Amino acid sequence: MVASLYGPDQEAKSIWIYLEVDGDLLAGVSLELIDKGRQVCDQLGWDLAGLLLGHGVSDLAAEGFARGLDQVWLADSPQLKHFTIEAYTQAAFQAITAARPSVFWLGATPDGRDLAGRLAVRLRTGLNADCTGLLMDADTERLVCEVSGFGGGVLALIEMAEHRPQMATVRPGVFSAGTPDHNRLGTVVPLDLQISEDLIKTRVIERSTGEQVDLTSAPVLIAGGRGVDGDFEMLRNLASLLDGEIGATRPPVDEGHIERERQIGQTGVVTRPKIAICCGISGAFHFVVGIEKADLVVAINSDPSAPIFEHADYCIVGDVHEIVPALIAVLNREREVALG
Amino acid sequence: MAELHSVVCVKVVPKPEEIRVDPETKMLERSGVRDEINPPDMNAMELALRLKDRYGGRISLLSMGPPFFEANLRVALAMGADHIYLLSDPAFAGADTLATTHTLAEGIRKIGGVDLVFCGEESSDGATGQVPPGIAEWLGCSQMTLLTDVDVDLPASTAQGRRETKGGYELLEVPLPCVISVKTASNEPRFMDFQLRSWALEEPRMTVWGASDLGADPGLIGLAGSPTIVTGLAEAPHRERRQEFLAGSAEEIAESLLQIIQQGL
Repeated sequence: MVASLYGPDQEAKSIWIYLEVDGDLLAGVSLELIDKGRQVCDQLGWDLAGLLLGHGVSDLAAEGFARGLDQVWLADSPQLKHFTIEAYTQAAFQAITAARPSVFWLGATPDGRDLAGRLAVRLRTGLNADCTGLLMDADTERLVCEVSGFGGGVLALIEMAEHRPQMATVRPGVFSAGTPDHNRLGTVVPLDLQISEDLIKTRVIERSTGEQVDLTSAPVLIAGGRGVDGDFEMLRNLASLLDGEIGATRPPVDEGHIERERQIGQTGVVTRPKIAICCGISGAFHFVVGIEKADLVVAINSDPSAPIFEHADYCIVGDVHEIVPALIAVLNREREVALG
Repeated sequence: MAELHSVVCVKVVPKPEEIRVDPETKMLERSGVRDEINPPDMNAMELALRLKDRYGGRISLLSMGPPFFEANLRVALAMGADHIYLLSDPAFAGADTLATTHTLAEGIRKIGGVDLVFCGEESSDGATGQVPPGIAEWLGCSQMTLLTDVDVDLPASTAQGRRETKGGYELLEVPLPCVISVKTASNEPRFMDFQLRSWALEEPRMTVWGASDLGADPGLIGLAGSPTIVTGLAEAPHRERRQEFLAGSAEEIAESLLQIIQQGL
């Protein structure tokens, strides 16, 4: 078997987190991974470090420390102003081979996946994608990744024995972010980047950032499936009355009724709302994993034998096109009462 | 100027809606489950076909898997591709991301003269969206992922792609050759061309390569080339819910829901 560029005998006892920058902030998934990493490092007595790449991003290191990092490896360079796979892979490769962490976690975002896929090959190491759980075996010091199996309620536990770093990607919302402690301090380790201009083959011709959807932190989720018959306007009305967000199963997304960013479940977003209201959703496993972490689940479906009812606290057998408008009417009445 | 040569990587997967989990053994019941081309790969195929419609050239289908993939691959061929390369060898089995991407990259190298490699965004049986960048790294070429559209400038030897980003998009340009992943459901894949069906079934349309044909390093393929090992299976944690049914008219149910929502928030 081909060996990774460094092995367990050369590793530093540390967990590294890729700090993705989202606008002017650290991405939610990076904060979630920091919180998870802090817990694990406290148990093992290991260091927790972040890898921060970009241009004009050095101020974000303090946020990383407040969230639990001990160190931030920082490359702040005009060459990293936009994400290009060549520059970011090279910068990450340089940092990882210098510090040799045992473990490296990234968010399963578009950029995170691109970087992880490319970096794992360059480092000749393994990569566990879309993990639903991460734990460190304290005896073997191996990362055990939980990956949810095809279509069913089975989890595979995956590890790597000889290859380092132990890489994994995690979707947003699988873990929750902690609360920052702004008195917490850490060390910035500046990276002396060696990237020649002709390395960067990707040219960004145009870039537009639209409004971003964050389903992972919404207190109320109104999710629609096939049974909604594409009437997401109705669900949007309900969501706006509850300060919630709308989401969907895969079929309405594939049919173009709603943006893909709002797809819930195994191949979409894992949410953790206080209340999830599932409208016209049958309840296939790959959807249910996306609402498993909701405090309370309400399901409305015309089929009394729909599997979604096994995953709901309150079950309503009925037509969503009658129940939802009735609920909207009641909420409007309450609102008028409140407004006097 | 050479003609455009695209490779489309496709995988044959069991239809997810037909798979059941045995409640006793927790094993997947594969028997009686029909196979299909991984649906996201069909979007990759469609984008490759659109470039062929525009500029001509040829499309090679590339797949790694057992011989039974053949039937589905020949249907995909009849959509308008030119040849199938099936990488099939027991030595390829058990491959994780590292070994899979290496094997596919070796296949692409052996096909030769490739300008564009198209992949689906992900595979419906559990992988991962991390295959296309892995292939690009093995080949040392450029990449563009999550594209909804692509164009090429053959005289300049570049490709331009429109990439979906969170809440927005970007237009990218990279030199050829390039590996591309195509956003799932970003286009409507065409049906197979029935006039091509018998042509697609002809024997010389498909080439099967094993590990020795690729000259692959045994330490980089299959289980032996895979750093990761499955050490256990566990039942997914199941959260117990109240499962309390609410009855009554729509108005009565709405009143109950109001109480439930007010308590829950």
